[in-house]
Amino acid sequence: MDSVLRAENISKSFGPIEVLSGISLDLRPGEVHAVIGENGAGKSTLMRILSGHLPPTKGALHLDGRPITFSGPVDAEAHGIVLVHQEILLAPDLTVAQNLFLGREIRRFGFVDDRAMRRRAREILHELGTGIDPDRQVGLLSIADRQLVQIARALLVPHKIVAFDEPTAVLTPIEAESLFAIIRRLRSQGVAVLYISHRLNEVKAVADRVTVLRDGRHVATRDIEGLEPLEMARLMVGRDMSKLYPAKPATASDHALLTVRDMVVPGYVENASFTLRRGEILGFGGLIGAGRTELFEGLVGLRPSQGTVVLDGKSVHFRDAREAMAAGIVYLSEDRKGKGLLLQQNLRINLSLAALDKFSRGSFIDAAAEERALDQAIKDFDIRTRRRDLLAGQLSGGNQQKLLLAKMMLLEPRIVIIDEPTRGVDIGTKEQIYRFIASLADEGKAVVVISSEMQELIGLCHRVTVMRNGRVAGEVTQADLSEDAIVYLATGVHEERAAEIAAGHA
Amino acid sequence: MTETVLRTGAEKRRFTLDMRALSPFVALIALVIAGALINPDFLTASNLLNVVTRSAFIAIIAVGATFVIAGGGLDLSVGSMAALTAGVMILTLNNLGGGDMGTLALGMLAAIALSAACGLANGLVVTFGRIEPFIVTLGTMGIFRSLVIWLAAGGTITMRNFELRELYRPVYFGSVFGIPVPIIAFLVVAAIGALILYRTSFGRHVVALGSNEDVARYSGVPIWRVRTLTYIIQGICVGIAVLVYVPRLGSATPTTGLLWELQAITAVVIGGTALKGGIGRIWGTVVGAVILELVANIMVLSNFVSEFLVGAVQGAIIIVAMLLQRSVHRGR
Repeated sequence: MDSVLRAENISKSFGPIEVLSGISLDLRPGEVHAVIGENGAGKSTLMRILSGHLPPTKGALHLDGRPITFSGPVDAEAHGIVLVHQEILLAPDLTVAQNLFLGREIRRFGFVDDRAMRRRAREILHELGTGIDPDRQVGLLSIADRQLVQIARALLVPHKIVAFDEPTAVLTPIEAESLFAIIRRLRSQGVAVLYISHRLNEVKAVADRVTVLRDGRHVATRDIEGLEPLEMARLMVGRDMSKLYPAKPATASDHALLTVRDMVVPGYVENASFTLRRGEILGFGGLIGAGRTELFEGLVGLRPSQGTVVLDGKSVHFRDAREAMAAGIVYLSEDRKGKGLLLQQNLRINLSLAALDKFSRGSFIDAAAEERALDQAIKDFDIRTRRRDLLAGQLSGGNQQKLLLAKMMLLEPRIVIIDEPTRGVDIGTKEQIYRFIASLADEGKAVVVISSEMQELIGLCHRVTVMRNGRVAGEVTQADLSEDAIVYLATGVHEERAAEIAAGHA
Repeated sequence: MTETVLRTGAEKRRFTLDMRALSPFVALIALVIAGALINPDFLTASNLLNVVTRSAFIAIIAVGATFVIAGGGLDLSVGSMAALTAGVMILTLNNLGGGDMGTLALGMLAAIALSAACGLANGLVVTFGRIEPFIVTLGTMGIFRSLVIWLAAGGTITMRNFELRELYRPVYFGSVFGIPVPIIAFLVVAAIGALILYRTSFGRHVVALGSNEDVARYSGVPIWRVRTLTYIIQGICVGIAVLVYVPRLGSATPTTGLLWELQAITAVVIGGTALKGGIGRIWGTVVGAVILELVANIMVLSNFVSEFLVGAVQGAIIIVAMLLQRSVHRGR
């Protein structure tokens, strides 16, 4: 079959460092081609070269069999290649229609033609199978709807190749399912789809062929037929990944450490109750927006909340994170870059920030003690940094998460709440983080894991509490842990039905 | 093999980082050389000491501004606050009437207490009112300024007791071991400021707050207290600057401290402190304040530009400093 876009021996160097070497890839019309690899494998660089954001150092691109060079992303778009970015790049104060046509407004007599743009916006949103109102302000939309708007914006351009960069990172299964429906529709129209993802189950579900990158090199290109997620993981990491989850520590006791009754976080959570036991890993599942994050932010005093919280038999109420930390409870935010680490500061300052009292003599900071703690943290948590004086923002996602863990562990907490522990983290680091979480429970600490990844909850937790619309919908005990049980509680419907619902938009 | 590659990368980087911190010092040296070439009288001890002495008020205020700005805030009210503090201090001294050390000490205490209270007011409104510091201090700038005009009834507030003026005179005009007292005051304030900002938990919290307020909050930093304290420190610094300023003229007028906020913020920015917060450089600030006064001095000594345009040149300097800061940032 003829390829629509062919990359031949593409290499890319930044200064003396070669991040891609000799990658060849061909993309056929009407196929979904997945590119997988660990963080730093070169997926995003490759994607940016194919979509004209970066020129290759060596090698050539061929479009429809003719060699081509792009002067930039606008040039690539003119040739029908569009990229759907991973981050949401929309102006929150503008309406959906205004965002869709931002920078390419339809004009009449020199003035913007709002009516035409609104009509066209409604058409394209309808094509994508969504009923989003074009006049709605983007800031008021859910994350999933914003992502749809972003996809709609990309598809407004005449396209024959669409590249998706980790599109499901913020989506729940049902929302992901409707995205897959869009991708399948594109494929049936003869469009070539490039699909980058961490989630191998998704790749299995949606892709026709898979290209695996490792350390900037091409490892394999295979048909999806007969390629299982476990084998993909092995190709990505270069070793057997069947033991991703550690054995669950048999330390869960009956001793209730923390009891929460009728917790209310205004606007987010209504009457949530649960019990956390010493030595257990308690999972919190549910869709995005179900109120899981807000429940725990309310618990540790980061949001206003009411309700009964009993810690060690004593009733407590925390007014800020400092009080919760003093009581031995730490919360690691899902928003690592926005709420977890000071990206513009170095590792040392980040590491000691929450536990600065431990590094103070009188009112002065003991910088030498901080340095020793950093050495220890780099060793204990296997933080891979080229140099010690890097800024936190220069670390990869996985290493940032390890740094955040190290920072909070300096407080020597008894209760550790981790929100989305492996978001944006490569599979090798995931394994390390899982082992670390299990070891915390092993030491008798109580751990709460909030996660949107079902596999993670099932593989890691002793029990899973599921929330729906700000309420606790139910609990799944260890014996009953399955994706279906969690999805059922999270959505009120069984998983097989979820796909149907997504397809039918009921 | 990889070791060596990384090693060289590291050294290159460290060099550029140093360049960023050093740039105000490089600018200072360049200005001194330029001054010496323009006018032989420039490089005399008396002229240089005079320049540094004149920069003392702004330098002391700018040390406080470094805390506020590094913490992600801004204080536009410092000039008016200085005028109000000077006016109230002189009125207090006049009402006490004495010409002794005790009277002077009471007046100084009143000045520091008032300026600290002004800073507290700024801090509380910014923190608990959750209003942009730009707006809050724009408002208090107007309030403080009109209060001093009202107290002076549009005229001048002058120290009446002659003995007290003589007693107080050395605080501006005196010197210890040949170093003028204002210079000593500003070095001491800068040293204490550097100690607090670089070596204490509070200083670290200020930088964290300016870097990212959410991260600070999620890390258990008492952000309300830290933010309010930065404004109080700013107030106290204004008070100290007033203590040095009052004996110079012995009076306060409605134009006292006019545009000092511009000069203080310029000094902070020239010094390498990030206007969006998260990076604070006390010694850079001090050099920045001296640079501003040097530019004015060179303009007076040379005949290239009218000295009436000093404000224009200082205004241009802050814009150029921001442009440079950004290009250095981009190069990282």
